[in-house]
Amino acid sequence: MSKFAKKKSGELPAVSTASLPDIVFMLLFFFMTVTVMKDSTVKVQNTLPNASEIKKLEKKDRVITIYVGAPTQEYQSTFGSEPKIQLNDKFASPSEVGDFILMERAKKAQELQNVLTTSLKVDKDANMGLISDIKQELRKVNALKVNYTTYEGDAFNNIN
Amino acid sequence: MADIAFLLLIFFLVTTSIETDVGLNRLLSPIDTSPPLPYKDKNILLVRVNNNNEILVDNDLVDITDLRKITIAFLDNGGAAPDSGYYCDYCQGERSVSSSENPNKSVISLSSDRETSYAAFITIQNELVGAYNQLRNRESLKLYGVKYTDMESEYMSPQTSKVKKANLKKKMKIIQQRYPQKLSEAEIK
Repeated sequence: MSKFAKKKSGELPAVSTASLPDIVFMLLFFFMTVTVMKDSTVKVQNTLPNASEIKKLEKKDRVITIYVGAPTQEYQSTFGSEPKIQLNDKFASPSEVGDFILMERAKKAQELQNVLTTSLKVDKDANMGLISDIKQELRKVNALKVNYTTYEGDAFNNIN
Repeated sequence: MADIAFLLLIFFLVTTSIETDVGLNRLLSPIDTSPPLPYKDKNILLVRVNNNNEILVDNDLVDITDLRKITIAFLDNGGAAPDSGYYCDYCQGERSVSSSENPNKSVISLSSDRETSYAAFITIQNELVGAYNQLRNRESLKLYGVKYTDMESEYMSPQTSKVKKANLKKKMKIIQQRYPQKLSEAEIK
């Protein structure tokens, strides 16, 4: 009998947490390597369309981003619900795009100034009028390399 | 220890984002006041998207699912006569005299209306680029046994060595000369 009694005595030992910091550090390093710092908060709805014939934008330092879309809920009361252009942190009109590009270009290193790409992150529901205005402005400042940034997926999903 | 690591982890979760960094690359045409180069009508494929997101190719209403097929047929037509100097010996199209003469001379003009949705525009761009990629892949497989799109992504990748890049570039140039991407986005009037 004493054999059985022995087994029953003694509480279940607590799970050792000695390895917890290691696990958390592992997660931390994972996130540090795969993510990048947000440079600006997106104030517009930004659901990109899908495309399949895509190319990667490899070098982050050669990209200037322009967001287009309807303002998010909290900004709709002041800026309305029509699609707008967002440059850095503020809403802008198409005529300001040229100056913005020139300013951003001047910030970059000399050798990169001629190889910059403009990434257009445009919401699905925007229409082409606004995009066309932006393209005209880009042509005026000779920023001809454009990337229509999309999600990877079947393009036919866009039109349903 | 774990608390500090958690704190750091949460900080990074909040301040960073996983970027979407893929898309369709396009080169806009520079503002140019000189008169446009003369192109024969049969060498231009007019693709138009109207306010209702309907697609008109040379003024005929077509379905989006047929656009890639139509574009390939147009680019790959090679209608020039064998003795005209523009004969396309690698084309596999119908060689119809009423369609494009040579891939080098063919131009696709894409125009849209102000009210056209961006999603429809991207879908069409995707199909047109897809048509070029399909033709280039075919030529590349024939000449080098690899897909053009694979060569391109290898060329773009930062891990590829300089020697390899130069080699790839040479091959890509040859394919690009066979099917140059002459895709113009017209202004909205």
